[in-house]
Amino acid sequence: MITESIIPLFVAIPLAGAFLIALLKRIKGIPDILGVLASGSMFILSILFLLKMEIAQRIIYNIGNWGGFNEVLGRIVGIQLVVDGLTIFMLLIINFVAFIVAVYSVNYMTRYTQKWQFYCLFLLMLAGMNGVLITGDLFNLFVFLEIASLASYALVAFGTEKRELEASFKYAVMGGVASLLILMGVIFLYSNTGTLNMADMAEILTGSEQPALMYLVFGLFLAGFGLKAAMVPFHAWLPDAHPSAPAPISAMLSGVLIKALGVYAIARVFFTVFGFPHQISIILMTLGAISMGVGALVALRQWDMKRLLAYSSISQIGYIMVGLGIGTPLGILGALFHLFNHSMFKSLLFLDSGAVEYAAGTRDMKEMGGLSKKLPVTSGSTLAGAMSLAGIPPFAGFWSKLIIIIALVEASHMKLAAWAVLMSIVTIAYILKVTRFAFLGALKDKYLNIKEVPLLMRISLIILALVCIFGGLLLIPEVRDTFLSPAVRVLISGMGGGV
Amino acid sequence: MNAYMPYILCMILFSIGIYAILSKRNIIKIILGVVIAEYAVNLMLVLVAYKVGGRSAIFSETQVILPESMVDPLPHALVLTSIVIGLATTAFLIALAIRLYGKYGTFDITRMRELRG
Repeated sequence: MITESIIPLFVAIPLAGAFLIALLKRIKGIPDILGVLASGSMFILSILFLLKMEIAQRIIYNIGNWGGFNEVLGRIVGIQLVVDGLTIFMLLIINFVAFIVAVYSVNYMTRYTQKWQFYCLFLLMLAGMNGVLITGDLFNLFVFLEIASLASYALVAFGTEKRELEASFKYAVMGGVASLLILMGVIFLYSNTGTLNMADMAEILTGSEQPALMYLVFGLFLAGFGLKAAMVPFHAWLPDAHPSAPAPISAMLSGVLIKALGVYAIARVFFTVFGFPHQISIILMTLGAISMGVGALVALRQWDMKRLLAYSSISQIGYIMVGLGIGTPLGILGALFHLFNHSMFKSLLFLDSGAVEYAAGTRDMKEMGGLSKKLPVTSGSTLAGAMSLAGIPPFAGFWSKLIIIIALVEASHMKLAAWAVLMSIVTIAYILKVTRFAFLGALKDKYLNIKEVPLLMRISLIILALVCIFGGLLLIPEVRDTFLSPAVRVLISGMGGGV
Repeated sequence: MNAYMPYILCMILFSIGIYAILSKRNIIKIILGVVIAEYAVNLMLVLVAYKVGGRSAIFSETQVILPESMVDPLPHALVLTSIVIGLATTAFLIALAIRLYGKYGTFDITRMRELRG
């Protein structure tokens, strides 16, 4: 029953939801219900795809039914939507986090006015991200990337205070330049290959020899997508933008947006289109190692809880990039698994910081203390997320970091492996700072009357905490073969050819 | 004249935009820099389709027009999308600039220091 005709629903449902929310905003409760329903149905759809997909299957949908021209003209005409193992993997992560965040926002966003605008932009961002994942066309990828980015610029400025506006301006200008660089790369590729379809482009590039122009395109794409992914030389916007957004949006931005627009796009373009040339491997590992170090070391001296978590995102993105850069099956498995884990624990930690802000009204860790007595669910779930981030054995984060480090050792990058271990120790240091100063110690007098957060917020925190604790089970061979291995296989099969 | 000259001019225009973004202190000038860089990229997109003596890609019943004599129509379609996206970005940036002016009473980016450090 899985047919290609339901692929466009991944973009259509959130778009329709956003439109209906804007239309029916006056009716009380409609924005909440539609927001949760739209993201929930996306999550169910992606589970359906995961269960029904056969191994190494590629489902292709031709937009506007231009598919008939393919046989006549002998080349691909029109835009194709493609769903394969990697797409399903990312769709599942993104729609799961989006669903949890939507449930969480029902209570949390009562702090702000104009809740319908929040849900409207949220669904637009979701539509953009899903579009980036399912498209098989390079220019179409750019368009969806812009939809998601524009919605995220607006969401960062949602509070419309000084900080939010300033962070949003910085983010919008840097994101705008990144998009221009990506577009320029797409133009050069189009002028060189005469096609925009990624599979077609990969085929043409395998045969031809155009190194000089390709290096320019590599640079443009690395800078553009690297800026979206917040790798270190391009990271300046992230520590401002992510903490300034409302907590559910910080969770979305740090948890999934930088991965959909940055990491996924880099993996898709460099692995399946360019065939993963050796230079890219070196660049990704170098930038990843620098990101790891800079993010972790700067996070150590932060006192704002969300700012600390934002720097930690940069560091963890470094781990994912290093894993991708190794280029061995084990390294890619580690990178994708760490991507999954990072989405889970980082959204959890950002939602927790939102819960603390909701209950205690502050984000400064010097002001907090002893909150675990008053906020048992929040502090418990923070502990689960923190342990997963720090890489303490039974938690999910440990396994993915372990796989990346083993892959580094296997590929005989001993110094990098040592560096990764060292940085994970620094990770423990900065995340213990959060649990120590925020939740342990003596309770301050002004917090004697605070209450635990509302039910829906607690439910979403508990679900994410459970995923952080039991995420390691994904490595059991049967589970791995349906979820992780198809995604790894897509990236591996793209390698080897190309320039 | 070199055949690559239009592309080089595009790159110069793009660099002017980036220079404005990086060096100007006034928010409006930064936005103008983004717009200039964007136009440079759009111009390049159209240039990719250009062909000397090419005509628009429309077939006719009264005269014979070979596909080889036409310019590539795809970038023309793409550049429309790109312009619309650019419009949305610019509109958003200007809306932000108005709100920022309302908060700070100035367009000078160096006086907005909530996020330093």
